[in-house]
Amino acid sequence: MSEVIVITSGKGGVGKTTTSANLGTGLAMLGKKVVIIDTDIGLRNLDVVMGLENRIVYNLVDIIEGKCRMKQALIRDKKYSGLFLLPSAQTRDKNSVTPEQMKKLVETLKDEFDYILLDCPAGIEQGFQNAIAGADRAFIVTTPEVSAIRDADRIVGLLDANEINKKQLIVNKVRMDMVHKGDMMSVEDVMEILAVDLLGVVPDDENIVISTNQGEPLVGNKTLAGTAYMNICRRICGEEVPLMDLAAKNNIWNKVSRMFHR
Amino acid sequence: MNILEFFKRKNSGSVAKDRLKLLLVSDRANCSPEIMDMIKNDMIHVISKYMDIDRDGLDIQISQTKAEDGHLVPVLFANIPIREIKNKI
Repeated sequence: MSEVIVITSGKGGVGKTTTSANLGTGLAMLGKKVVIIDTDIGLRNLDVVMGLENRIVYNLVDIIEGKCRMKQALIRDKKYSGLFLLPSAQTRDKNSVTPEQMKKLVETLKDEFDYILLDCPAGIEQGFQNAIAGADRAFIVTTPEVSAIRDADRIVGLLDANEINKKQLIVNKVRMDMVHKGDMMSVEDVMEILAVDLLGVVPDDENIVISTNQGEPLVGNKTLAGTAYMNICRRICGEEVPLMDLAAKNNIWNKVSRMFHR
Repeated sequence: MNILEFFKRKNSGSVAKDRLKLLLVSDRANCSPEIMDMIKNDMIHVISKYMDIDRDGLDIQISQTKAEDGHLVPVLFANIPIREIKNKI
């Protein structure tokens, strides 16, 4: 059975593309057949994050316009043979594709893949409508910041209106040191405000920057973020994985400083 | 910042949470002040048939309450001071 999942957020810069690359790679590591579609037409990014930018010949718009076959546009990952990328077009604008065309394209991929991940562009315009058109499940990425949460709430409303009822939240860039000091909303706070089921929490980790620099997703390695992403992948596959303890430093100094900040 | 301010400072995390909660109520309701005014006038019109109410003291707003399943749901909250209940119906 194939599942189509859109990864969306409303706000830009919260980690949609990084999350798409890591979840796609992680699912492939777990033996699933995965395709990640970059639906951000005009601002292609997923290819560089995955380190596949030199292999692109055809793109999403080429398939829709009938310039190539699906097989010609799909790029196989460097490491995992079950992982494919369908890159977006860089020199076109988002109006060159309609939601109906996207839906049809996604349908044709369902026979061959276990998971079809759609990396959604920021915003709520045509690009968003295209990305969610074929999806039957949504992951909403947000960070513990007022702007990101406000946009996420708007996205939840729009997903409701489009009858995408399977929605789950990924809280990204969490800094436990700041949460402990009371200077960052906790995951519980975010969940209370948005009232969406939690899929996972990803800590703010400088290894993300390093892995993006190298074009190699860090999912599955020993870093905090790598472990967090792998946990999410296992949850997607139906496993019950407890939330990891994000280095809850409970030493005397932290306790004393929390007392004063209360 | 003097010492007193340092100890009294409210955590910015809870400031953010409180601000967001308020903001999202109006975002979700998507109700313009004009529509709220229309609702208010209609309510005055209907209730005035049965009660003498204080029109200036009337206050309506959209806020949130916990539903039975624990989820927050928007509610229309109206505070209408009654001057006198008309007994003749």
